[in-house]
Amino acid sequence: MAKIEKVYIYKLYERFWHWTQAFLIFFLALTGFEVHGSFTFFGFENAVDLHNKAAWAFIILTIFTIFWHFTTGEWKQYLPTTENLRAQAEYYVFGIFRNAPHPTRKTLISKLNPLQRLVYLSLKILVFPVMIASGLAYMFYRYPSQGEIRQLGIESLERVAVAHTIGAYVLIAFVIVHLYLITTGHTVTSNLKAMITGWEELETDEGEVPESKTVKDPVGEKMEKPGAEPEINPNSYNKEPKN
Amino acid sequence: MKNTVTFILSVVIPLVIITVVLRDATRENKLLAELKEEYSQPHIPSVDHSKHEVLQRDFDNPHEITATCISCHTERGEELLNSFHFTWEREDYIEGRGVTYLGKRNLINNFCTGIFSNEATCNRCHAGFGYEDKNFDFTNQYNVDCLVCHDNTGNYEKLRGGAGYPVPGQDFRTIVQNVGRPTKSNCGYCHFHGGGGNNVKHGDLEEALLTASRQVDVHMGVDGGNMDCVDCHTATNHVMKGRYYGVSSANTRRATCEQCHTAAPHLDQMLNTHVAKIACQTCHIPEYAKVNATKMYWDWSTAGELEDGKAFELYDDQGNPIYQSIKGDAAWQTNVIPEYLWFNGTADHFLLSDKVDTTEAFLRINTLFGEASDPESRIYPVKVHRGRQPYDPVHLSILQAKLWDREAGRGALWLDLDWERALEEGMKYLDRPYSGQWDFVDTEMYLPVNHMVSPASEALQCQDCHSRANGRMQFVKGTYIPAKTTYAAVDNMGVLLIILSILGVITHAIIRYISFKKAKTSTNV
Repeated sequence: MAKIEKVYIYKLYERFWHWTQAFLIFFLALTGFEVHGSFTFFGFENAVDLHNKAAWAFIILTIFTIFWHFTTGEWKQYLPTTENLRAQAEYYVFGIFRNAPHPTRKTLISKLNPLQRLVYLSLKILVFPVMIASGLAYMFYRYPSQGEIRQLGIESLERVAVAHTIGAYVLIAFVIVHLYLITTGHTVTSNLKAMITGWEELETDEGEVPESKTVKDPVGEKMEKPGAEPEINPNSYNKEPKN
Repeated sequence: MKNTVTFILSVVIPLVIITVVLRDATRENKLLAELKEEYSQPHIPSVDHSKHEVLQRDFDNPHEITATCISCHTERGEELLNSFHFTWEREDYIEGRGVTYLGKRNLINNFCTGIFSNEATCNRCHAGFGYEDKNFDFTNQYNVDCLVCHDNTGNYEKLRGGAGYPVPGQDFRTIVQNVGRPTKSNCGYCHFHGGGGNNVKHGDLEEALLTASRQVDVHMGVDGGNMDCVDCHTATNHVMKGRYYGVSSANTRRATCEQCHTAAPHLDQMLNTHVAKIACQTCHIPEYAKVNATKMYWDWSTAGELEDGKAFELYDDQGNPIYQSIKGDAAWQTNVIPEYLWFNGTADHFLLSDKVDTTEAFLRINTLFGEASDPESRIYPVKVHRGRQPYDPVHLSILQAKLWDREAGRGALWLDLDWERALEEGMKYLDRPYSGQWDFVDTEMYLPVNHMVSPASEALQCQDCHSRANGRMQFVKGTYIPAKTTYAAVDNMGVLLIILSILGVITHAIIRYISFKKAKTSTNV
């Protein structure tokens, strides 16, 4: 029989990265579509300026996060797998309406279901690189150097801008679907709470030792100190869940 | 709660640090300060001409004045024989034509259409004496008029209809003792009055520049740089920098902003990158004809109408003639927003020997070459002067009318108001074929705008071009301008993707909610 356990699943850096990235994507979309001419909010000049600064923040965050992924081994979370892929898709199309159980068990060493793995991996190796590369090209296809204007081998901004715009639309679509799918966790808000506090109620088999204990501090990071609220007390995982 | 605060701080603080680090420090524009310093130095002449003995006399004969100048400035006469101000044509290479020798001497224009058979009046602005017809001697250095450019009294007058000769009986003694470096009023004597009146032709060159504020022209404004034309239009051996593309064709010897301001003059690098594709003038001359109106339209076809058997004139509320029996209909404008064209510094001209293409909407008196894909091209502000001119529908050639004469009855349009006779006389003078039939063709002439540079604070702002509708660049083709250029396919697909995502999410949520309710109900039952 399944048992609900509280597990410290998202580490501090991971949450910092996630929320900073979320904020930056929102802000880049806001300023970016103003630069695109879709609406006026900050004013074109300010929008460009803010967009460029946010872009640098995004790039710096990305560099740190790549480093974090490799030093912690978290990159393995994104290795694509076909195992359960079909079951996961079927769950979102049918099972979820019949209150069927999640086909993939979320554990500390495997946080992502096969669909998430695919989607996040394509964000990381396709959408983000395209956005960063086209964004840098947008900034530097012409640049002043020693009193004159030099240019990269890019004759026109057109292709760069079109690629960047398509990427932006894809990201917005991703955010919309993502915001909805986070409500499909154990409870409607459990995924959101987990990404904020780090702690999530996860199903474990009766008598099974929670993953977080088995894989003892698998990434060398210390567990966060227990918070004031009792429900995030790490000691609670040997007891029955409060609710 | 504590976690939430920590969380928010951990997101916000790094962003604040990044923003502060990336902020541009305020810097002083050192180059601009140096230029202001340099050009505020008054010009101190090395010679006081009133001390020269040869000038302590009266003069009657203008040629003698020139000879006296040449007696000291021994090589300048020969020099002038090669100056465009005197030759009125120059050797240029034109793509598609090869080497050409073009200038006012042989080109048509969109104003009084050309000098042919009207030399005695048009050539009042020739830097010479006696250019009355095509037989003028361009090799005689004593035909050069030194004073029109070098008189510093501001009193030297050339005679109307005098083929460049001065008004007789002037105080030449004073004038020759006060010669020197050309001032604004020397250049303006001709260049402000092109097309037959103040600011008619250029729109950015007019009498107001002698007294205007820096708001009108930051360089020439009396409370601005108070600079002279020759501060930028520098000359070596009387060969001046500067091109007027009504008569010029080549991208050489131009007077440029960059010669002082460099190719990267802004402190803001984002603005500097614009310099590659946008001419300085585009942002820094947001409008021209800031004081007096300039002529934007000239329809010769309506010339010749009479009221009570007499020539008449109509004026707009600013006092500009909108109809003259001798010149036809006109439209005038002040504070004109330029049109914007790609331009690489080379141009072509419609020659008298060229065929009129009646399938075109209009005839281009001159053509500014340039396009987005050409690395030499930049977007320039241009005064487009539109008009209607007589042409020969049989020979498909542009016609030239005799406009002026000293006496009536000799076929001059401005005196006799008879098109048939005026065209006959004009074409006879040109010695070109004329079928005797005439009609009018729409014409356009392109004059890049270079003067009336506004203070930097008045320059165009980003959104003047970077905006979806009605931006300054709305008719500029071939380049991607953020916020202006859109591709319907990209945006439609993008919006569709977003709509489908939202619909999908909503549908899924509704089904989920309903099945959740059902499950609950069935459990309760």
